[in-house]
Amino acid sequence: MTTRLLKNVPFRYALNAAAAAGLYIVLMILIDTKVLNRYQALMLIPIGFNIILAVSLNLSAGFMGQLPLGHAGFMSVGAYTAALFSMSVNLPTNLELPLALVLGGLAAAVFGVLIGLPALRLKGDYLAILTLGFGEIIRVIILNLKFTGGAYGLRGIGRQTTVTWVYIFVLITLFALSTLIKSRHGRAILSIREDEIAAEASGIPTTYYKVLAFSVSAAFAGVAGGLYAHYLSILDPSSFGFMKSAEILVIVVLGGLGSLFGSVVSATVLTILPELLRGFAEYRMVIYSLLLVAVMIFKPSGLCGRYDFSLGDTLDDFFALLRDKLLKKAIKEAPAEAEGK
Amino acid sequence: MTPVLDISNLGINFGGLQALDDFNIQVRNREIVGLIGPNGAGKTTVFNVLTNVYQPSKGGIRLTGKNILGKSTHEVTRNGIARTFQNIRLFKSLSVLDNVKIGLHNSMTYSLFSAWLRLPSYWKEEAAAAKLGRELLAVFDMEELSDAPAGSLPYGAQRRLEIVRALATNPKVLLLDEPAAGMNPSETAELMRTIHDVRDKFDVAIILIEHDMSLVMGMCERILVLNYGLIIAQGTPDEIKNNPLVIEAYLGQQRGE
Repeated sequence: MTTRLLKNVPFRYALNAAAAAGLYIVLMILIDTKVLNRYQALMLIPIGFNIILAVSLNLSAGFMGQLPLGHAGFMSVGAYTAALFSMSVNLPTNLELPLALVLGGLAAAVFGVLIGLPALRLKGDYLAILTLGFGEIIRVIILNLKFTGGAYGLRGIGRQTTVTWVYIFVLITLFALSTLIKSRHGRAILSIREDEIAAEASGIPTTYYKVLAFSVSAAFAGVAGGLYAHYLSILDPSSFGFMKSAEILVIVVLGGLGSLFGSVVSATVLTILPELLRGFAEYRMVIYSLLLVAVMIFKPSGLCGRYDFSLGDTLDDFFALLRDKLLKKAIKEAPAEAEGK
Repeated sequence: MTPVLDISNLGINFGGLQALDDFNIQVRNREIVGLIGPNGAGKTTVFNVLTNVYQPSKGGIRLTGKNILGKSTHEVTRNGIARTFQNIRLFKSLSVLDNVKIGLHNSMTYSLFSAWLRLPSYWKEEAAAAKLGRELLAVFDMEELSDAPAGSLPYGAQRRLEIVRALATNPKVLLLDEPAAGMNPSETAELMRTIHDVRDKFDVAIILIEHDMSLVMGMCERILVLNYGLIIAQGTPDEIKNNPLVIEAYLGQQRGE
């Protein structure tokens, strides 16, 4: 690519902001005009927090190349923290929810550091099993504490999660992760995936960056947990088990390890798919599983591999293509014109 | 003049195996030192101990007078010892320029929050790093490869990129582990010019491990010969060539002698 029409950075930011706002307006119109019915509109919320969960897991699993299996544990820490906060204070909703989510994220980040420090000494399957263990420990602790409601669950959490809030936090997550990855800190995280020994030898403090990526990943899982808590209004420890972690991992792997865009697409598809397949009743999980198997056989790197979508680049390529076509056409017509004279 | 690198009485053992013992060397600024010896003599172990991949069991390492023994690998690099690897270790799926930028990591100081909020410090330092990275690549005629994935480069270019990445950390001492491995004679000759250029342009001392004797004899000012973890000889190329101990280590003892 030789020409870059949209090279201007502020312009690109404006373009992305406009696209995000545009999508939001379209969604709102679809909901208002009842094109999306109430049920479908409510589906947007799980799509949103699944996107946040998948994208945040992708930071450690895809970009750092370390495979943790305890993401649901961090989600539960965020969910309970946010829920307990919003139940104990009485603030206007539009202040209470974001505060609760931020607190949930911070609590999960702290757990990320605490678990990351010992866990990240290990690699590969060892790390996977260790984080799986930690995830279960968190779940069992919640199950046995008084103030979390134990096995009975935590009830009466305000249903404060709206499509708008989910949308805002999805945007924040995507922005935070993509800006992180395209910085010296992000390159340090990528270098760990590529070759840890070479990264150390290039002056990267790998332990620091492992724990950093792990806790940032945990923080956003906590935010998603908070959104989840205020969406269902009931928290039950059994919903944060190993199966939940595996479900998030499936989304990430299917979308492509190392592609934020892939995680977004895959989270959307895999949240809607089971609902679409409801017509097939008992066969729906079979079809769902078969689809996963098919993707892994025909595209093992996931739907998007490591490709990441950039609105500016895509438009650029489109304009370049358009211009080439026009140029070719002009060249074709030119000799004809000359002959005509 | 104080030496850039002063290694005294360095030793390491793995269980009962004394991989390196009583290793002493003072390297002057801009000196090119060769480290040779038969397979398993402990050459790469020297590099691994210097960069704290292995922790030595005894000895001292001083870099421009400062003790760096026991510092972790990335701190050693930050203090000024950079290395390349015997079996190339690039960040294969990242672009050539990103590989160099990772080497430049510590030349940038902007925080995580500047990255998140895209504060001016982010833009300024990233632009400077991109410019410096391209300049470094240009020195090695690799500027036009900036955007290619590092793993897609031909073998010789990958070796050069590893050197560029090491130089990006702004080292005082550069450790090259078999830079000419797998190269044909003309590539080796080019590599020798490159190494000379590196020394002159970047003002570094170079220690290199190499089996290619034309390269070692042709460009090293001083050569150390290791065998079974011990220095058995050191001196100029001519002295080494005629040293009976060295000949014995490589070719064995002549019968009847």
